[in-house]
Amino acid sequence: MHIHRLEKLWLVFGISMLAVFLTVVGVGAFALGMEPPGGHRHTVDPEKLSTTAPFDKPGLQRLGNGEYEANIIAFAFGYKPDVIEIPLGAKVNFNITSSDVVHGFQVVNTTINMMVVPGEVNHLAYTFTEPGEYLVICNEYCGAAHEVMMMKLIVK
Amino acid sequence: MDNLPKPFDRRDSALILAHILFAFFALFLGGVAGLLQGLVRGGANALPFGIGYYQLLTAHGVLMALVFTTYFIIGFLYSGVARTLGTLLGLPRRLGWLGFGLMTTGTLWATVLILLNKATVLYTFYAPLKASPWFYVALVFVVVGSWMSGFGIFMQYRYWKVLHPGQTTPLFTFMAVVTMAMWLIATLGVAIEVLFQLIPWSFGWVETVNVVLSRTLFWYFGHPLVYFWLLPAYMCWYVVIPKVIGGRLFSDALARLSFLMFLLFSIPVGFHHQLMEPGISNVWKFVQVVLTFMVVIPSLMTAFSLFATFEMHGRSLGAKGLFGWLRKLPWKDVRFFAPFMGMLLFIPAGAGGLINASHELNAIVHNTLWVTGHFHLTVATSVALTFFGITYWLIPALTGRTLTPRMHRLGIAQTVIWLVGMLFMSGSMHTVGLLGSPRRTSFTTYQDHPDAVLWMPYHVAMAVGGTILFVGVLLMLFNIVTLLRAPKGRPEEFPIAEVSDAAEKAPALFERWGVWVGILVVLILVAYTIPVMDMLNHPGVGAKGFKTW
Repeated sequence: MHIHRLEKLWLVFGISMLAVFLTVVGVGAFALGMEPPGGHRHTVDPEKLSTTAPFDKPGLQRLGNGEYEANIIAFAFGYKPDVIEIPLGAKVNFNITSSDVVHGFQVVNTTINMMVVPGEVNHLAYTFTEPGEYLVICNEYCGAAHEVMMMKLIVK
Repeated sequence: MDNLPKPFDRRDSALILAHILFAFFALFLGGVAGLLQGLVRGGANALPFGIGYYQLLTAHGVLMALVFTTYFIIGFLYSGVARTLGTLLGLPRRLGWLGFGLMTTGTLWATVLILLNKATVLYTFYAPLKASPWFYVALVFVVVGSWMSGFGIFMQYRYWKVLHPGQTTPLFTFMAVVTMAMWLIATLGVAIEVLFQLIPWSFGWVETVNVVLSRTLFWYFGHPLVYFWLLPAYMCWYVVIPKVIGGRLFSDALARLSFLMFLLFSIPVGFHHQLMEPGISNVWKFVQVVLTFMVVIPSLMTAFSLFATFEMHGRSLGAKGLFGWLRKLPWKDVRFFAPFMGMLLFIPAGAGGLINASHELNAIVHNTLWVTGHFHLTVATSVALTFFGITYWLIPALTGRTLTPRMHRLGIAQTVIWLVGMLFMSGSMHTVGLLGSPRRTSFTTYQDHPDAVLWMPYHVAMAVGGTILFVGVLLMLFNIVTLLRAPKGRPEEFPIAEVSDAAEKAPALFERWGVWVGILVVLILVAYTIPVMDMLNHPGVGAKGFKTW
């Protein structure tokens, strides 16, 4: 099959760009640690969260070395707890799950964006370097009052 | 070839016209829902008759994304197959009507359940939101109906192959077969989800559902679904547009190769919709990101082929300079103008798609209005404008009427209105999505949080765009009614481009379907076997159903 010379050049350029882009994405994810959340199986019984660690004590726990753990339960239509205070510069490991339907956990003005699925725990680490009051919203439709589902992270 | 357009067999045109008109009926209903939604989100928060925002959202998604597109596509594919292979045989035509009947039963049933607020689960129906079991049964009717139409096309194709041994299938039919093959293989995922997970669970025969598995099966289908919308638009761009401008197809064999690549790389890629989800290893997510990006190759081939066609044609008319050929294109011909604008906007739309599908960039835009803006640029602009452009010649070709100069002007006005509406709506959606505003969410300021208050002007611009688009829907319907009453006479031709003299015959390998489906099955198994086995072997306790609306 004959391919026009200019089309060959065009495709070589396009495929090279593709290779460059995928290399950047791959190196970013696996070598520089910018992986998306959730690359694991961590199952949990959504009906027994009140007796299952770490969700029996929702909120911020200090781990030491400026590292914290934020354990959050999403439900229709809110989060438990609904406010978390975080010291500036802290690295926070988020553990989040749902007690009912699928929710979202998006912290506006950050790269924190997770799906919250019942029966599964989602994990993501994030370091807060800017003080302020961060708005957290549910970005996956979860029912009639989906638009009121929110919480706040206060970094100071 | 003969110069006079061939009239359609009356029985064929009835089948095709039924599909096209039902598609536009759905566009109208979906447009009403879209208009109301835009107004609510923009701040005018009073819906009549106690209708809920999310109910409208469900209706809008189902009617636009599933009903309008699927009916139009099946009608268009049948028309091209009938035009290039000859009048439909009895059995394929009956299968087409059977498909139409099943899909219409399912659609009307599902729409009634949505209006009764028994299925406000959006068109993605994510478990464990639990709709009425009859909603899922209705969806089965829609999918099985579309399969019947697919079988009809395959049957007509096989019959032609038997009668024409050794001949290359007409390009349109080849592409129709690829599109339907992809649809059949892709819908298996959603069929398994609905039949084996959602129906038993919603009727209460089993207590819980494996949510991660259900989402994986949904997205196994959900991404190819967008290519099912796109490939018929590509068919128009490859096969119809060169004829409309009076030129020839650049390369028949490369057009076929690009369709085969779309077939291979549109299915084993669903995980890129689940990048922010727990329960799937990042290595497997990345494998599917790589496979997703492979569609760049056939997309670039398509872009080259189309613009080469335009340039060759312009130069053959004596165009000078680097871009002189642009002026030789028939800008006042709606059959060219509407699909061309769709094609042009597919360039930013495709670039946005690469962002969505990126392993990490997705975190910025996931589930924000950016995504809504993206598919209003791809499906609701590129695909919809191409379908509108097709309608302007297809309806006259089916009914034996003439496309008058007045209709061309009305069509161009409709296209411009659509473009302006989308500029406002999709443009604001993209921008405000980057600022963090979520999709699929009713009017809210999150207790007047300053970040959310900043989003409001963009939401107002979206409402303005939505209103302009609704005017576009009304003008499109007016145009269709006018087309149906256009003067009889020399029927409009069904434009099928001939291939350029320099082009070579397509290799016979391209029609060895066993080879292509075989490669596809291998790719699917590579991309899905290990993560799906993990979901099956460590299912957790599962989720009970909830009705939260």
